[in-house]
This record gives sequence, structure tokens and C-alpha cells, in this order.
Amino acid sequence: MKYEVDLLGFYGKYGGSFVPELLHANIKELENNYKKIISEVAFQKEYYSLLQDYVGRPSPLFYAKRLSERYKTNIYLKREDLNHTGAHKINNTIGQILLAKRMKKNRIIAETGAGQHGVATATVCALMGLSCIIYMGEKDIKRQAPNVARMKMLGAQVRAVSSGSKTLKDATNEAIRDWINNPIDTHYIIGSVVGPHPYPEMVTLFQSVISEEMKKQLMDKIGRSYPDRIIACIGGGSNAAGAYYHYLDNNKVELVSVEAGGLGIHSGKSAASSILGSDGVIHGSLTLLMQDQDGQIEEPYSISAGLDYPGIGPLHAHLIRTGRTKVLYATDLEALTAGFLLAELEGIIPALESAHALAALEKINFRKQEHTVVNLSGRGDKDMQAYMEYKNRKKDGKK
Amino acid sequence: MGKNRLDKLFNQQKEEVLSIYITTGYPKIDSMPILVEALANLGVDFIEVGMPYSDPLADGDTIQYSSSIALKNGINLDKYFEQVQYVRSKVTIPLLFMGYFNQLLRVGIDAFLSKCVQSGIDGLILPDMPPELYEKKYKATFEKYDLSLSFLITPTTSDERIRLLDKLSTGFVYVVSTSSTTGNVTAFSDEQVQYFKRIKKLKLNNPTIIGFGISNREKFLIANKFTNGAIIGSSFIKALKHAQNIKTTTEEFVTKIKKG
Repeated sequence: MKYEVDLLGFYGKYGGSFVPELLHANIKELENNYKKIISEVAFQKEYYSLLQDYVGRPSPLFYAKRLSERYKTNIYLKREDLNHTGAHKINNTIGQILLAKRMKKNRIIAETGAGQHGVATATVCALMGLSCIIYMGEKDIKRQAPNVARMKMLGAQVRAVSSGSKTLKDATNEAIRDWINNPIDTHYIIGSVVGPHPYPEMVTLFQSVISEEMKKQLMDKIGRSYPDRIIACIGGGSNAAGAYYHYLDNNKVELVSVEAGGLGIHSGKSAASSILGSDGVIHGSLTLLMQDQDGQIEEPYSISAGLDYPGIGPLHAHLIRTGRTKVLYATDLEALTAGFLLAELEGIIPALESAHALAALEKINFRKQEHTVVNLSGRGDKDMQAYMEYKNRKKDGKK
Repeated sequence: MGKNRLDKLFNQQKEEVLSIYITTGYPKIDSMPILVEALANLGVDFIEVGMPYSDPLADGDTIQYSSSIALKNGINLDKYFEQVQYVRSKVTIPLLFMGYFNQLLRVGIDAFLSKCVQSGIDGLILPDMPPELYEKKYKATFEKYDLSLSFLITPTTSDERIRLLDKLSTGFVYVVSTSSTTGNVTAFSDEQVQYFKRIKKLKLNNPTIIGFGISNREKFLIANKFTNGAIIGSSFIKALKHAQNIKTTTEEFVTKIKKG
């Protein structure tokens, strides 16, 4: 495996643990325990049984016939949108809550952007009877109201974050500060493959169930365990990491990561973190991020709250810089259009995040015999307001 | 040891070393040189000169707030080094850069440290510099420029790790008084005092300075029983927030700490 972390937690030059000493003991405790715990038979049994009976896995791999006809190729959708709570995020929160329980933590904190990770965390906390605090940017609270209501109904306390850009980056800062201030009883469930080592590796492993299932499902459908291409959106990159994981060493599989182009990647209003980014440290890991010449982290923009993040996970930085993944981007408009197209052709309303992955279908030259999997990371219920505003603008003849 | 001003200070003075933290660009973009001169004239021993950062993970609300105001005021690295260079021509007090690793990484570690030396900085405090990486990759560069780097230790740091951080630190070891972000504490608890005693017993090679939550003369004096001195940050920044005249406010603040 060329794409595993080294002893200090680096993927090639990216990753590591750049955290204040105040966090060192917390991180070390996690690092020392988590591999042992998650490889225990009892843990694995409980994890997979919850994934099956509570989350509803395996998630289907659906052959999208009309979409395939349109692009004159074979397109499959990995239906993470059908998971309990409506996105891939719960694969990770189930794993981390079981870990937290075994580490005797009774207070759970998490950050959230689109609210999907917040909901997935609030859900598993309710399931296990642990107290739950979710940090969420003020701006995201406004644009993802349905998810805020869900978190509250599930018993979580949602704390509004008003620093910086008031989005995911700042919510993550606040969650980290909370963990610094509560080092003994608290576990921090990071929602993406970001943060200090061992988080990127751990979240990747919990999400890798996506590609694990894909192997079997493809074998049944096309008689071989791998596709020609996998397309996934990346903000931090957890759904992409999970969809890629078991194919990282198989160079026959092209991996395509789609970043949020916002209003256009050169508009100054985007979240195309690797395309516009350079080496830097964010939330405790060295990766590619959007920053100015002084190393001040820039405020990203995307219509999709889940992709509105100025960095990417260090695994992705490594995959991109070594040429293993190919990066495309989709603008707000392209994503919205792709969302409507999927609704029209396949009867599925995708999350705006996943709509970015679908938008990339327009930018790829497919061969007829190829098999492409799009990781449909979440469902679009939470984004209905944005979809409807777009539709009404179109109806009024404005752009 | 070279001619580093911080080393000189600790060679001459072992007790009641008083350091003040300021945020460059706060409250006004050009306040820093005025504050440094005032603090030096009042007999403060060294100054932590903060360079605001967009994502200051180790800072509490007060310093975060001052950083965001300073960045809005238009402070940047060029202006920071210009102001340091200007004030260095007027004072000999040791000045430490306080900031985050990414600020160095972006410019390049060697280039950044070279700028520090040229402008008159004596050392750095970088809360998120990983010690293992420092030892492997950056220690030699810090030594080349004769710049100190003070690592932080906290109540959750094991004795063994404290020894490691003491070995890697130059200048002094920064004793974080609490397992908490800055400015969160009103009085020392018994646990904190036990922790200070543990540090004192370890007889570290470097001088020790307590920071985080030192808000008044009483706490400054307690800190001095166990270490070589203390750094005051948040409570001075708070005082500046409502200052009519930053010089007068600084005089009143430092006098209260030093004389009660």
C-alpha cells in the first residue's frame, strides 16, 4: 500500500499533527488506542451489525440507465444517500461513537458544515445515550435550517460559531478549542478526513466500507470487482476517501475528485482548495489549502455548505500531488443543473455536494464500454430551498 | 550562547521576570511600537509580539478578537517586520514572535527566521510546532540564526515529555497554567499549584515562565514562587480594548502588576 500513513502520520509530505501542546495528550490517547480497539473482533461485529441493521447497509449500487444513455456510457450510483440520516457521514460516526464508548468518553463534540455530519453525530449520540454538542457556523445554520432542527430534535446542543467566515472552518476551530478545554471526558468526532493524525486515517478506514461494498457489487453486476472510474466530490474529502480506498493501489481505476468552483474558480468566490491551494497547515495537518501570501487562511465560498472548506484532507493532497487522482471542479450553477438533471432522469434528488460530482459527467469524455461509479454521497432534502430559488430565477428569465 | 538578548536577560535575572503579550495591529494598526516602548520604559522584561493569524487554535476569545480586529486594521507580515525594525532602533528589550507554524511555512522557514533576525526579533513561540518535526527538520536553522524557540508544557504533559520539551527549548520553557485556551481562569486552583510544584521539582535546564490566565498581581506573585516569571496576555489586551490613551493604560496596568 503506497497510500498509507507513516509513523508520524504523514502521507508522503502531507498530514502530521500540528497541534498545540494543549491537545497533545488527547490526540496521543486516541492514536495509542484506536487501532487496537477497531481491530478487536467484538468492535468489528458491533460496527458491521449497526451498519446493517441501523444504517441500512450495504447501500445499493444502482445502474443509472437514462443517465448512462445520455452520456453514452455505463454509470452507476453508489447510493450513500439511502443511508439512515441521508448521507455517508454516518459510516464514520457509528465507528467513532463505538470507539468513544470503549475509551470511556461520555461527552461528544463535533463540527458540521452542511449539517449532515452534525445530524449523523447527534443520531449516534442519541442511540448510545451520550451528550452531544455540535459546532456550526452562523452562515451554515441559516442555509441548512432543516438539519439544525433535526439535530435539536435528536437532543444535541447546536452552538453557533460567529468567528471568521462563520462556516465549516470556523466551526472546526471552535470544536478543537472545546476539546482543549475538556481533555478528559470528551471525544471529538471529526466528520471528514482532515485534522491531526490519526483522524485522516481513522475516518478513511470507517468510510472505506463504501469501496469494500463496491467491489462485491461490481463483481455481481459486471463480473469484475473494479470500475474504470470513480467520481466523488471533495470538500474535506471523506466520501471520496471511502469510495477510493480499496482501489488506491489499482491503477486501472481512474479516480476523479470534484471540487466546488463556486462562482468560478478565478472569481475569488470558490472553494477549489487544491486547484487554488498551496502547502499549508489547517486544523492540525499539512495539506493543500487556500491562503494568502502571509499564510492567512482564506475564506472559501460554495453554494454547498459541505464543500465550503478552504483545505482538503492530507490523503487527497498526496493523491493529487502524486498524480493518482485527477481534479475537476463544478461551479454552483453546474451543480444545480446536474441536481435537476438527476431528478428528471432518475428520480433522485441529490445533495448539492453530490451534485458537484454529477456535474463532472459533463466534463469527461466517456467510452461506451466503460463503467463509471459516481459516489452519491447524500440526498438533497436539506437543499430544497437552494434548488427552488434556482428554479424560480430560471423561470423569471434571470440567471 | 550568542548575543541573544533573551539569553542575556535570563543570565542576569532569575526572578520575577515579567513579560507582556501584545497583538500587533491592535487596537490600532500602528499601536505596537508605542506599546513596546512604553512597556520597555516601565521595566517589563520581555515582550511577546503577536502576529495575528486567521485560525489561532491555541488562543481564547480575547486574543482571537484582538487578532481579528488587527487583521481588519490591515496588519500583515511586511508591516509587522517594519514595525519591529522601527521599534528595535529605540529599545533593547527582548522581543519574541508569537504566531503559528503556517505563517513560517508559507514564507519558508529559513527566509522567515532571517527576517526575524534582520528586524530584531530574539526568539519565537509557536504553539503548533511539532517537537519531533522541529528536532528533525528545523532546529539547525533556529540555531544558525541564534533565535530561541520556547515549547509549551501543560498540566497534561507527562514528566518524560516535559524533559523532551525542555531539551528542545531555548530561551525558556513556557508553562501553560491550565488545560484550557488563554484567558479562561480567574484564580489558581490547588491542582494548578500542585502542577507548578511538580514543574519546580523537575529542575529543568531552561528558565520557566508561566502563562495563560495570569490576570493580576496576586497570581503573578504566586507564579513567581515556582518559576522564573510570568507572561500576561488576555488581561492586558482586555485593558487596551477600552483604553482612551494606550500609554496611560499601559502605565496603570504594569504598575498594578509590579507594585500592587
